[in-house]
Amino acid sequence: MSTGTEVRPGTRSGLGQSVRRPDGTPKVTGTFAFSSDLFARGMLWGRTLRSPHPAARIRSIDTSIAERMPGVASVLTARDVPGRPTYGLEHADQPVFASETVRFQGEPIAVVAAEHPELALRAVAAIEVDYEVVTPLTDAEAAIGAAPIHPDGNVFRHLHLRHGDLDAVGAVSVEGSYEVGMQDQAFLGPESGLAIPVDDGGVELFISTQWLHVDRDQVAACLGLPPERVHLTLSGIGGAFGAREDVSLQVHVCLLALRTGRPVKMLYSREESFHGHVHRHPARLWYRHHADPDGRLVKVEARIVLDGGAYASSSTAVIGNAVCFAAGPYRVPNADVDGWAVRTNNPPCGAMRGFGAVQVCFGHEAQMDRLAAALAMDPVELRLRNALAPGDELPTGQVITGTAPVREVIEAAMALEPPPLAATDPPADGTMDLPGGAGLTATRADVVRGTGLAVGFKNLMYSEGFDDASTANVRVELDHRGEPLATVHCAAAEVGQGFVTLAQQIVRSVLGVEQVALRPADTTIGSAGSTSASRQTWMSGGAVELACLAVAEALAERAGYGGGAPDEVLDLDVVELLREGPIDRTRAHHHPPTEPLDEDGQGDAHVSFAFAAHRAVVDVDPELGLVKVRHIATGQDVGRALNPQAVIGQIEGGIAQGLGLAVMEEMLLEDGRLRNPSFTDYLIPTALDMPPVTATLIEQPEPGAPFGAKGVGEPPTISSTPAIVAAIRAATGLELPRIPVRPEHIALAEA
Amino acid sequence: MTGATESYELDVDGRALPVAAAWLGESLLYVLRERLGLPGAKNACEQGECGSCSIFLDDVLVNACCVLAADATDARIRTVEGFGDADHLSDVQAAFLGTGAVQCGFCTPGLILAVHDLLDQVPDPTGLEVREAISGNLCRCTGYGRILQAVEEVKATRSGASGPRGESP
Ligand code: FES
Ligand code: FES
Repeated sequence: MSTGTEVRPGTRSGLGQSVRRPDGTPKVTGTFAFSSDLFARGMLWGRTLRSPHPAARIRSIDTSIAERMPGVASVLTARDVPGRPTYGLEHADQPVFASETVRFQGEPIAVVAAEHPELALRAVAAIEVDYEVVTPLTDAEAAIGAAPIHPDGNVFRHLHLRHGDLDAVGAVSVEGSYEVGMQDQAFLGPESGLAIPVDDGGVELFISTQWLHVDRDQVAACLGLPPERVHLTLSGIGGAFGAREDVSLQVHVCLLALRTGRPVKMLYSREESFHGHVHRHPARLWYRHHADPDGRLVKVEARIVLDGGAYASSSTAVIGNAVCFAAGPYRVPNADVDGWAVRTNNPPCGAMRGFGAVQVCFGHEAQMDRLAAALAMDPVELRLRNALAPGDELPTGQVITGTAPVREVIEAAMALEPPPLAATDPPADGTMDLPGGAGLTATRADVVRGTGLAVGFKNLMYSEGFDDASTANVRVELDHRGEPLATVHCAAAEVGQGFVTLAQQIVRSVLGVEQVALRPADTTIGSAGSTSASRQTWMSGGAVELACLAVAEALAERAGYGGGAPDEVLDLDVVELLREGPIDRTRAHHHPPTEPLDEDGQGDAHVSFAFAAHRAVVDVDPELGLVKVRHIATGQDVGRALNPQAVIGQIEGGIAQGLGLAVMEEMLLEDGRLRNPSFTDYLIPTALDMPPVTATLIEQPEPGAPFGAKGVGEPPTISSTPAIVAAIRAATGLELPRIPVRPEHIALAEA
Repeated sequence: MTGATESYELDVDGRALPVAAAWLGESLLYVLRERLGLPGAKNACEQGECGSCSIFLDDVLVNACCVLAADATDARIRTVEGFGDADHLSDVQAAFLGTGAVQCGFCTPGLILAVHDLLDQVPDPTGLEVREAISGNLCRCTGYGRILQAVEEVKATRSGASGPRGESP
C-alpha cells in the first residue's frame, strides 16, 4: 500500500517543519482528558428530555414523578431559566427549553440531574409531556411563503447578488437543477461537559467547544449572570467540523449545577448527538451558465435555497457564502444569484466544514462539465480558460488582491497519471477492493471506471464586516534550571487541527526559545474567535506572532537597542536578559477590515480566499449501483505549509468527509423525523472506503497573512465531493443531480 | 435506585481492581471509565459501531461498550493504559506520533490496540488487509492516510527485527 504522499520527517521544531503534537503522547497513551473523561467528586449526571415530534404545541409538562424518584436531584424546564430564555450565534431565536412550541424533533424540553446516568435516563422517561402534534413544515421552498412557524419569520436571509449586465447571454447556455442532502459532522467525541458551581454564585464550565467566549456570553445571558461570573475552560475535544460552534448542553449543564449546588456532567449518546447539534444545510440549486463559443463564461444565473431548519444558528452567514461563491473559482463578468436561507421544522443547520461553499460547488462543477459537453470541449481546458487569477474581479465586485493559484491547483491535480486499469486493477473477484467492499457482491467484468475533476474555493476568516480578532499572551522567563521558557496563553480551541503545535512552532521560530508551554485555553484571556472558517492559523497564529514580536522588542530594549530590534532577537543573549525577570506581552491580531454586502450582493466582504482542485478515479458496478473511489489527486493552495505533515492530515481528513457526502452520508428525514441517528445507519467512511490520496501543496505566500500561510482545513471538503460525482457520471453516463449518490440512483436509473 | 448492585473484581492490565456496589447493567466501558479511572477506552457510539472503546478481553479485541462489566470478572482485560506510558511508548504508539496519525485523538486508543492486534497476528499484512483490520475503527479527522503510514512504519521496523516487540523503535 502506498498513499503516494511524501511528508517531511518531524525532526526539527520550527515553522515549515513537520513538528509533533505536544498533546500527542497523552493521546496515544489514553491519558489525554477529553470533555467526556472529566470527573469531579460528588458529581451528578445530567440528561435531556427531547421532543419526539418535529412540530407540536405543548399543552402541559408534568415533572412530578421524575422529581420524586430516588437519586434524582433536579428536574428543570423553561420556567427554571433565570435569564434570557433563548440563545443563538447570530440571532437569539432558539429556546433553552421548548415551553409552548416544538419546532424540531429532538428539541430540548427538560433536563434532569441524577446520581447515576441510568437514573437520569429513567427520570427523563418519567416526565410526562402532553403534545398537540402539528403538521411540520419541511419543504424549504414552501417555507418561503408559508405561514411563519416562529415569531421572527421563516426567512433567515434573502440575498440577491446582481453583477454586470444581467441581460447578457452566451452563444451556448446550459441549465441544471441539483440537490444536496443533509450531512452531519459526526465528530467522534460526543458533546460533553462538566459544570461546577462556584461560591460567588457563578459557575465554572469545562467544555468542548469551538469558541469559548461566544459560549460564555450565551451561557451567562441565559443564566442571568454577568459574564465574569461564568468561567469556561476548554477540555479535550474529539473533533468539531462546525458542530461545536453552537451551544448544545452548555446552558443546561450550568443550570443543573447552579440549581443542585453540585458538579454536573453531561454526555450525549450518539443518537442524542445527532439531535443535539446543527448540521450541514441541505440545498436545492438551479443554475444557468452562459458561455461564448470558445468557452469563456459570459454569465452565471443561480437560485439557491438552503434549509436552515428550525433555528437561525449561522444560516445568514452560510447563505452569504453560498451566494458569494456560487459561480466557483472562475472569471464571471455577469452574475445573477438569488439565495435564500429559510426556517423549517427540520433539524437546525449551521456550520460545517466548507460552510456554504460545499453546496454550491456541487452545482457549479456539474455545470462546468455540462458546459464542456455542450461546447465539445475538454472539461479541464474549460476550467483553465476561466480560472480566476490575482487581479480578477469576483461576482461580488471584490478584486482578488492576494494569491489565487487556480490554474496551478488544477494542473497539480491533473499532473499525475491516474491509476492504470491493469490486470489486477480493478482487483480480482472476491476481494474487498471492488465496489461494494466487504459485501463481495460486485463482479469484476461489470466494473466500469470514470475520472472526474472539480475545483472550488472559499473565504478564510469571517466576512461581511465582522472583526473576528484573536488575542494571545506570551511570557518568557527562566525555568528552575535557568533555561528560557516561553508560555503561550490563547483561547483558540484545539479541536484536533494542531493549533497547539503551531503555537509552539511560532514561538520557536520568532523567539528562538525551544521550551514552549501552553496554558489551557480559557476565558481569563480575550477571545481568540472561533476555530472555524479556516482562520486560527492566520488569526491566532498571527496573535501569537505579534505577542512574540512584542516580547522580542522588550528583550531588545533590555539589551539597549533603543527603538527595539526584534529582527535581531535570535542573536540576543536571552538567558542573560531574562535574569532581570520575566517578560509578558499580550497582543490582539485583527485582519484587514471587510465590508458588508450591499443589497445587490456587492462589496469587499472577504479577507482572503483558498483554492483546491480534486481529480477522482472511481470504479462503478452499474448493475448494482456500487461505487468504489480508487484514487484522489489534489492540488491545494496553502500559501505556505507551516507544518507539512499536519497540512496533509487536514487534506486527507477533509477529502474523507467530501467522499462521505458524495456517496454515503445523509441524515434521512421523513416529515422532519430523523430515521438514522446512529453509526449503524449513518455511515461515515472507513479505512476501506478511503482511497489513497496524492496531494500537491501549492506554496505561494499570501501577502498580509502571518508567515504567508493560508488556512487549509476547508478546501479539501469542497471540491472532493463534485470530483467523485463527476467520475461516477463519467463511468455511467448518468446525470446524478443529487448527493449523496446512492446505489439506486445508479442501478435503477432510466437509461 | 438503579436496581441490582453487586461488588466484584476485574483483572485490568495485570491488576486486580475492586468494583464496589455497581449496578449490574453497567457496561465494561462504563466501569473502566467511570469507576476505575481508566478513560483511555472511548465512547463515541456505545453501540458497537465505532471501535473507539476497543480493549482486549483474554487477548481478543472487543468493543468494551458491548460487554457487561459483571460478565468480565473471569477475563484478563487489557486497556490502552496497559500498553505504554509516556516514557515507554509501544512501537505502534510511537509510529502514530511520528507519522501524524493523531489529530483529535478520540479514535486513537482504539486504533492503537487494533493495530497491535493485527500486527501480532499477521506480521506482514497487505495494504488491503490493514484497511480491513482497522475498518471497524472509525476516524473522522485523518482520512486514515497517516494511520496507514504508521502501520507501514511499524511493519518495516519490526521486520528489521530491531528490538523486542512492543518496544519503542
Ligand atoms: S463506543 Fe463501543 S463501538 Fe463505539
Ligand atoms: S483523530 Fe479524530 S477521530 Fe481520529
